[in-house]
Amino acid sequence: MTAPPETTPGASGAPGSSRGPATPAAGDAKAPSRGRRLATAALRHPAVVPIGAVVLALLIGAVIILAAGLDPITAYTAVIQNSLDPGQLDYTFSVWAFICGMALAAAIPLRMGEFNLGGNGQLVLGGLTATVIASSLPLPSIVLIPLAVIGAAVVAGAFGAISAPLATRFGIPIIISTLLLSPVAVAVVSYLVRFPLGEAGSAVAQTTRLPEGARMWALGDLSYSNAGLIIIVLLMVVFWVVDSRTAVGFELRVVGANRRFGAYGGVRVGRLALGAMAAAGAAAGVVGAVIVMSSPFRLIDGALISPGYTFAGLAAALLAGGRPALIPVTAILFTVLQVGGAGMERSADVPRQLSDVLQGVVIVVLALRTVLDQRRTERSSA
Amino acid sequence: MHVFELGFVAAVLLAATPILYAALAGAISAQVGVFNIALEGQMLWGAFAAVAGSYYTGSAWGGVLTALVSTALFSVVLAVGAARWHADPIIIAIGTNLLAIGLTGFLLRVLFDTSGSFSPRGLEGLPKMAFLADVPVIGPIFAGQTALVPLAFVLIVAVGLWLKRSAGGLRLRGVGEHPDAAAALGVNVASYQTWVTIAGGALCGIAGAQLALGNVTVFTENMTAGRGWIAVAAVMLVAGRPLWLPVACLGFGAAEALGFRLQGIGAPQQLTDAAPYAITLLVLVATRIRFAKRASLTST
Repeated sequence: MTAPPETTPGASGAPGSSRGPATPAAGDAKAPSRGRRLATAALRHPAVVPIGAVVLALLIGAVIILAAGLDPITAYTAVIQNSLDPGQLDYTFSVWAFICGMALAAAIPLRMGEFNLGGNGQLVLGGLTATVIASSLPLPSIVLIPLAVIGAAVVAGAFGAISAPLATRFGIPIIISTLLLSPVAVAVVSYLVRFPLGEAGSAVAQTTRLPEGARMWALGDLSYSNAGLIIIVLLMVVFWVVDSRTAVGFELRVVGANRRFGAYGGVRVGRLALGAMAAAGAAAGVVGAVIVMSSPFRLIDGALISPGYTFAGLAAALLAGGRPALIPVTAILFTVLQVGGAGMERSADVPRQLSDVLQGVVIVVLALRTVLDQRRTERSSA
Repeated sequence: MHVFELGFVAAVLLAATPILYAALAGAISAQVGVFNIALEGQMLWGAFAAVAGSYYTGSAWGGVLTALVSTALFSVVLAVGAARWHADPIIIAIGTNLLAIGLTGFLLRVLFDTSGSFSPRGLEGLPKMAFLADVPVIGPIFAGQTALVPLAFVLIVAVGLWLKRSAGGLRLRGVGEHPDAAAALGVNVASYQTWVTIAGGALCGIAGAQLALGNVTVFTENMTAGRGWIAVAAVMLVAGRPLWLPVACLGFGAAEALGFRLQGIGAPQQLTDAAPYAITLLVLVATRIRFAKRASLTST
């Protein structure tokens, strides 16, 4: 997926043709009226398409709720109220951070035009690594907690990186290899949690609770949000800086826009893909580590995957077009859907699955936005 | 317990058939140049539609028809979006896969007021070909199967031959291999891509119907459990040659059936679940190593 074209109309005309009152010779046959030009300029604003996608998705969702014989206004009000309930903001914030982390795992490869659909596998491997390190090494917290997070990032990053050589050497698309590798990792972790690492005598497949010294530092007396969320926010800042201020970020975007041009321009695409997939896996791994080191301080089989952070993150990354500065904003939307969805089920009796429906609709509408882009290019090149 | 017996062959066919239909859908899409990774979601939708259709019509074949038609409709988004509007098929597919998971779960709650799984009393499953019971060899393999099982193989051979031998098939392959040339010859590329993708949707509907009314008689949330992705991998494996699909899909069927057997003798379920994915990836790598060598010889 590429960034929307930012060309101006008349760029194909004579050099020096201005955007001011168009002379008849300046490329465009007819000079559009002032109102028309203003309208086009407004439509061209980069925020129009994502916001349009969200509004359209909410309308489609409303139709679905109506068709189910329920009231969309009540449902949506319940979503907003439940997710922004002051008593629950602490929880909402932690979900937001996890979705942001998984959005990073999707957005970094997305920058170079690749899809990482293996977030679940990377997430659980990170959780597993953090659990093993945190529960087995007798170290002081100040060393142990960072070590567990870094260990999770390294293992999950290495796992994510496998897909890069598979793509560059064997031509197996990253989207396919991540998808095939992910359930293998999930199954292996599930097996380990159930048998060798499982808590003896427990009916639930889970590890024993992490020792006190291995629990993520709390932020005041908040029960859900902790220092781990700060780490995830810092990772997003790092991605933003790397993306906008460094050569690597520029290379990622060049390759994303046109792979062959990037390779021709001297970008080593193979190494770039390796780095991007390692960074993506590492981000997911950190999320896994933070989740297990937060309450209830253990790795529970399925608990990392079932909230659906991976696809909410992917949806947030797609909605943001991979742009680092927008991800925190788009993640808010999916957080509200996710957290509010459960509340909607309780108070408005609309099934929680509506959140998944809306996520899917947003993505589909976004994909179809190329229709808009196309109409624009047709008009400007006419 | 003998692992390799006729009963095992039957189990392999049972496991392979839904994947086979979905993979055929993916293969014909690949032939016209649409990378279809929506198979998983379409199959899931098909499974739900089949159960709902069978429940409301009281007939399993009514369920199959419901699945076929509604999944074809479901695939219109992908077909029109990718072929006519030139949207990214991967992003649409990711969206429709999520949509299928959400919608099936949502409708399960709204229509049937349950979550998890749905198998009301009297839900009609597809009839088995019990009349074959007395035929040697064929009997033990097919008597417990639905007619959709042999039909899958017939369809694949028919489609494979049609693609290879007929003028329509030639045009269809031309659309995928060289869309500009096909367009220059007067073939309507977008139209071929649209209708082939919709036909793929219908096939995924049958895949879902076989899964939910043939293999078992129940709809369970997310019951496709990655079979659609295995089908995508199978399409990659055969590089778009549909006649090879049975080989690939039977391989996955064997992995799944063997997994069930091994579970029966105490192997952990998690590891046998992972096996088809790991095997698929290894086989992909193995076949690609050959391609890669050839490519490195020809390119400078």
